[in-house]
Amino acid sequence: MHIQFLYYEDCLSHEEGLRRLREAMAIEGVQAPIEIVKVETEAQAEALRFVGSPTILINGVDIVPVSGEVRYRLTCRTYRLEDGRFSPLPSLEMIRAALQKAKA
Amino acid sequence: MIPLAIGAQAVPFALIGVDDKRHSLSDYADKPIVVVIFSCNHCPYVRAWEDRMVAIQSDYAPKGVQFLVINANDPVKYPEDDFPHMKQRAAEKGFNFPYLYDQTQEIARAYGATRTPEVFVFDSTRTLRYHGAIDDNYENPAAVKHHYLRDALDALLIGAQPPVTQTPPVGCTIKWRG
Repeated sequence: MHIQFLYYEDCLSHEEGLRRLREAMAIEGVQAPIEIVKVETEAQAEALRFVGSPTILINGVDIVPVSGEVRYRLTCRTYRLEDGRFSPLPSLEMIRAALQKAKA
Repeated sequence: MIPLAIGAQAVPFALIGVDDKRHSLSDYADKPIVVVIFSCNHCPYVRAWEDRMVAIQSDYAPKGVQFLVINANDPVKYPEDDFPHMKQRAAEKGFNFPYLYDQTQEIARAYGATRTPEVFVFDSTRTLRYHGAIDDNYENPAAVKHHYLRDALDALLIGAQPPVTQTPPVGCTIKWRG
């Protein structure tokens, strides 16, 4: 499994996001290296199709596919949690669900 | 950028609000406490906290606490932070405070604000008494352990010193022009 963690340093929650990803991988028994990508320029954001920090890709697929108008830029990403609340991070359960889907 | 120091005086401003009226700090001279919050539309931290902003304003308005919420983000880089989108967000969320547009970014710079949301609490003499985050958990309101803003307001309303006067603001960086 190819796991990528893309982040923009100004978004303060990326360390918690990475910790959460590692926790989800441990729970799901996924043993794979995490490719950590620091996105530092708008050009890099465009090239990587980076919609915001953090973004987690599993085998190249975003764990929360983006719909509607998409902008690639250095920004913090908004996730909609299971209960409807907004968060700068995906929940542990969202990451686990994506890992389960990739394993299936 | 260096933020206003605790004990500093509020910087006066007059900014257009989503109600298309100009709001000056001096318009609220009768309020015992004014809370200036730098905010915006797009930031996930703001979105996580904005229901709490509405709730806190609602809870403390009868005690004379007035929130003034200011968006200074560059709408060229972040079109969802432009004035029409501010009006839309205020209507959607039922903002119960003026939501003001700092188009020149002069006020954000004068306050030394760097993030959204970032809170500045001023007492009746418009002296800064608390600066920082709303509370200690952006993600889960039920898991908040330290209600920094509420605690500061409670203290000031009884003439006491806020138990915590400064915390690091947690949020997105303000999007400067240029």
